[in-house]
Amino acid sequence: MTEVGSPRLRSEDARLVTGRTRWTDNMTPAGTLHVAYLRSPIAHARITRVDTEPAKGRPGVVAVLSGADLADEQGSLPCAWVVTEDMRLPEHPPMAVDEVRYVGEPVACVVARDPYAAVDALEEIDVDYEPLPAVVDMEAALEEGADLVHEGLGTNSSYTWVFENGDVDAALRDAPVLIERRYVQQRLIPTAMEPRSVLCVPEGDEFTLYSSTQIPHILRLMLATVTGVPEHRLRVVAPDVGGGFGSKLQVYGEEVIALLLARRLGRPVKWTESRSEGNMTVHHGRDQIQRLTLAAERDGRLRGIKVELLADMGAYLMLVTPGIPLLGAFMYSGVYKMDAYSLTCTGVFTTKMPTDAYRGAGRPEATFAIERLMDELAAELDLDPVEVRRRNWIRHEEFPYDTVAGLTYDSGDYESATERALELFAYDKLRAEQADRRERRDPVQLGIGVSVFTEMCGLAPSRVLGSLSYGAGGWEHASVRVLPSGKVEVVTGTSPHGQGHETAWAQITADRLGVPFEDVRVLHGDTAVSHKGMDTYGSRSLAVGGVALYSACEKVVDKARKVAAHLLEASEQDLEFSGGRFSVRGVEQEGRTIQEVATAAFAAHDLPDGVEPSLDSDATFDPENFSFPHGTHLCAAEVDTETGMVRLRSYVALDDVGKVVNPVIVEGQVHGGLAQGIAQALFEEAVYDAEGNLTTTTMADYLIPTAADLPEFVTERTETPATTNPLGVKGVGEAGTIASTPAVVNAIVDALRPYGVRDVPMPCTPERVWRALRDESPPDLAEPGAGGGLGSAGGAR
Amino acid sequence: MIPASFDYVRPESVDEALEALTDAGEDAKIIAGGQSLMPLLRMRLAMPDTLIDLDRLDSLRDVRDDGDAIVIGALATHHRVLRDPLVRAHAPLLVRATAKVADPAVRHRGTFGGALAHADPASDLPAVAVALDAELLARSARGERRIPAADFFVDWMTSALEPDELLTGIRVPKPGEGWGVHYEKFHRTAQAWAIVGVACAVRRDDGRVGDARVALTNMGPVPVRCRAVEEALAGGAAIRDAAELAAEGTEPPSDLDGSAEYRTHLAAVLTARALAAAAAV
Ligand SMILES: Cc1cc2nc3c(=O)[nH]c(=O)nc-3n(C[C@H](O)[C@H](O)[C@H](O)COP(=O)(O)OP(=O)(O)OC[C@H]3O[C@@H](n4cnc5c(N)ncnc54)[C@H](O)[C@@H]3O)c2cc1C
Repeated sequence: MTEVGSPRLRSEDARLVTGRTRWTDNMTPAGTLHVAYLRSPIAHARITRVDTEPAKGRPGVVAVLSGADLADEQGSLPCAWVVTEDMRLPEHPPMAVDEVRYVGEPVACVVARDPYAAVDALEEIDVDYEPLPAVVDMEAALEEGADLVHEGLGTNSSYTWVFENGDVDAALRDAPVLIERRYVQQRLIPTAMEPRSVLCVPEGDEFTLYSSTQIPHILRLMLATVTGVPEHRLRVVAPDVGGGFGSKLQVYGEEVIALLLARRLGRPVKWTESRSEGNMTVHHGRDQIQRLTLAAERDGRLRGIKVELLADMGAYLMLVTPGIPLLGAFMYSGVYKMDAYSLTCTGVFTTKMPTDAYRGAGRPEATFAIERLMDELAAELDLDPVEVRRRNWIRHEEFPYDTVAGLTYDSGDYESATERALELFAYDKLRAEQADRRERRDPVQLGIGVSVFTEMCGLAPSRVLGSLSYGAGGWEHASVRVLPSGKVEVVTGTSPHGQGHETAWAQITADRLGVPFEDVRVLHGDTAVSHKGMDTYGSRSLAVGGVALYSACEKVVDKARKVAAHLLEASEQDLEFSGGRFSVRGVEQEGRTIQEVATAAFAAHDLPDGVEPSLDSDATFDPENFSFPHGTHLCAAEVDTETGMVRLRSYVALDDVGKVVNPVIVEGQVHGGLAQGIAQALFEEAVYDAEGNLTTTTMADYLIPTAADLPEFVTERTETPATTNPLGVKGVGEAGTIASTPAVVNAIVDALRPYGVRDVPMPCTPERVWRALRDESPPDLAEPGAGGGLGSAGGAR
Repeated sequence: MIPASFDYVRPESVDEALEALTDAGEDAKIIAGGQSLMPLLRMRLAMPDTLIDLDRLDSLRDVRDDGDAIVIGALATHHRVLRDPLVRAHAPLLVRATAKVADPAVRHRGTFGGALAHADPASDLPAVAVALDAELLARSARGERRIPAADFFVDWMTSALEPDELLTGIRVPKPGEGWGVHYEKFHRTAQAWAIVGVACAVRRDDGRVGDARVALTNMGPVPVRCRAVEEALAGGAAIRDAAELAAEGTEPPSDLDGSAEYRTHLAAVLTARALAAAAAV
């Protein structure tokens, strides 16, 4: 039986869904101390005094420390991506010492015997702040004489990164059609289901740090570098982790401080954030302003695109903050052919929480831009939006294709995917209904949104990362251990946090080794077990880590073949391996199962010369190229022109993620991705007011959708295998998020085009839609809490 | 998030509860279902010295027939209200609105009395109580009083209850024959609060709307009774024209969900829709 391709339910789900597992916060070793943080209530201020004395006297309190108390040992939080030689990279102490630069920045911490005592004592810490001007608006921050986030830098610009290919100015100069737009990618909060949590357990001069992280390997190296705890004395464990969406691809101050406190106090210390603490201080996503010019011929063929980006870094550069917009830089040409492209990206400091990777990371922004522009071009030329895309996309016979943005797309078939999507969507029928509603002046108008996308994932070829000055490689590691009883342990360097690796990796292994699925156990997320790896982000686990596993399995089979040939007294060439059994060609009854071979290799009584005991193997894979999933998404939206309310009526996601290991997992990733992408279009926005206060600190203010707010998704796939890895897999973790945001906004704008609407800023709230209809600009909505609800202050009576 | 410390009392009877309230004074807080209070405690926006838990007061969970009215116990959960035959028969507007409150988990814990005592203008049920001319039954060691819903909501998150008073029940008059009802809730996600809500009950006379009762959610610090709309309808105005008056006398808030201007616009649109839906019954 073949496991790969079979829709197995995920074997890890029972324990994850019931929570009967090792979430970090579920672990409390004897003697654990609890940490609580005092955080800055002001966006920007000088700290003139921190008095921790009164708090120290509170019952149950073991220690109270300010940033100054840790100044000598806390180091600076790392940024691993220096995108230009002259990039300005300010110091980033885990706990603020002299100055705070965003609301929520840690200022002091209490360590106490229980979490209640710790939080109570926070109220006894006295801090004097001397307020400095908040810097909230990116464009204003770059003006002459603007208030500065980092006085010492003399500017709020961190870097300007430029990419050019072809002559954009020429392409734009005499273009028959120019589409110029300014789009804003609002700030988003990743909102993983499990909050951040870290527990550090000291044993002598060694430490085990458990953290709800996506990157145990990278975290270990970074913590060692920042704190000076030698890497070999530090074990980092990512136990079961309940989601990340990029937000746990980070080295957080709280992780550094947990290690410092455990070292100082010699006892286990734990910290778990609350949801509102998390909304403020988990790194945020997106927050870019895009100025775009698309040049085309009258027949719709594209000449080129010019992109000017401002990317809000927030107050500091965290692990890969500056590189996130650049992951999008290679995607602005989308699935289309054109001759000229330029991008200028300026990273801007503001007094807000730093931004960093969030599901899609750069690619959603780019895809949004080009797919919105393609719709605008279609409208300008009075062409069907699908037709304008058809005239420009790379045809299936043109792969591999070198894009104007400098990538080589290995494979794809946009024609088939689009054709099937249109069929499933009943495109023509919906267009007819749209025409009818327009005719009738129905107060509820229908819009159709198209998004034909590709993305680069499977991060990443190490050489490419090196050429982009990224601080590490992009290879991945796997090892396979065939135990003496014939059961199998697989160790992966990727670090699942909800994606279902345990199931998919076991499926791959079961097929390659011919062992039952149930006989395979997948180990991950512990640097003592998985000694090397690059962890999980950028839809890389299967496309890189899965391929490493494939190679490790091949190595096991190669070695087993040697041993089996020896046992069977046959030559290796005469052996067949199928269904987990080696047999001599033509003499089927003569054979050995791989389990028998494993036992023999373990006993080592009779191994061929030069063959070492056991069937264990190790492999790494470093891809030579990214992988390029693609697809066509179609969205039908009903827009109530009287209230501005948008209701999604139907949604078709036709994805091509190459070979599929487990269709249930792929389906789940697509559904979740769609929910998040749709949420950017309709619901989510992290809002800072003019003073730099985050006004969306609770889930009553930061709206994430539930199933009740989303349409039934129709999903299907075409399967164009990736040509750059032996599994033919591409990656699916981010596809839904990348494709769906423009599909939804395109649908809304399409519904309202007869009214003269050309854009609605995201999230397309009912009021914004209503205002767009009235051609007014949205008001400043950053006033906190006046409307009641859970976010409101005060009590009843 | 972690609440500040407090004393905890769980009285076994209403009398014990009243005693505890009197003893504890101004700094006590009643907890019923906890669906509104717990978040405030956890965010330390409420820091009472004493928490008085009504969980054991089963006598306040029932709904009873009281002749020309029904009396709903303050501790009846939203879930209970939705299923109770008396409420379904005599207060269908309350059923419609309650079905729109939060989600099943919250509706199993949250109580009708708590939702009113909390006096949050964004909450759905205060406007219903006002539209239905309900009376709120308050008891203290000093005695009992009936507070008309129109007087109960004093200001943003402030009710007419005295610190020593317990809300024991809500008296909802039976409307009689021929009424159609509707609650129009306008919100961004299924679990979100109303940006604007319209509670209405109408009686058709000779094929047109005669009597109408209309109240609005989240159009000011307290629920708003739309007398102007009601009078216009009584005077023979068409629904659309009458609904234009919905925002008269309101002071809508501006927040992340909508500006005052937008809410004013919504009030008219939604009132027209709610009236049309109610009249069609
Ligand atoms: C996720 C979520 C979503 C929600 N969505 C909505 C919504 O869409 N619409 C909506 O209307 N509501 C919503 N709510 C609020 C909820 O429905 C009500 O606020 C809640 O049911 C109030 O009742 P309670 O019993 O939980 O009150 P509690 O939280 O226990 O108490 C609330 C207040 O009332 C006081 N109080 C309670 N009972 C009495 C009494 N008998 N006498 C005197 N004072 C009393 C308390 O002291 C406290 O000040 C939501 C709540 C949550 C958690």
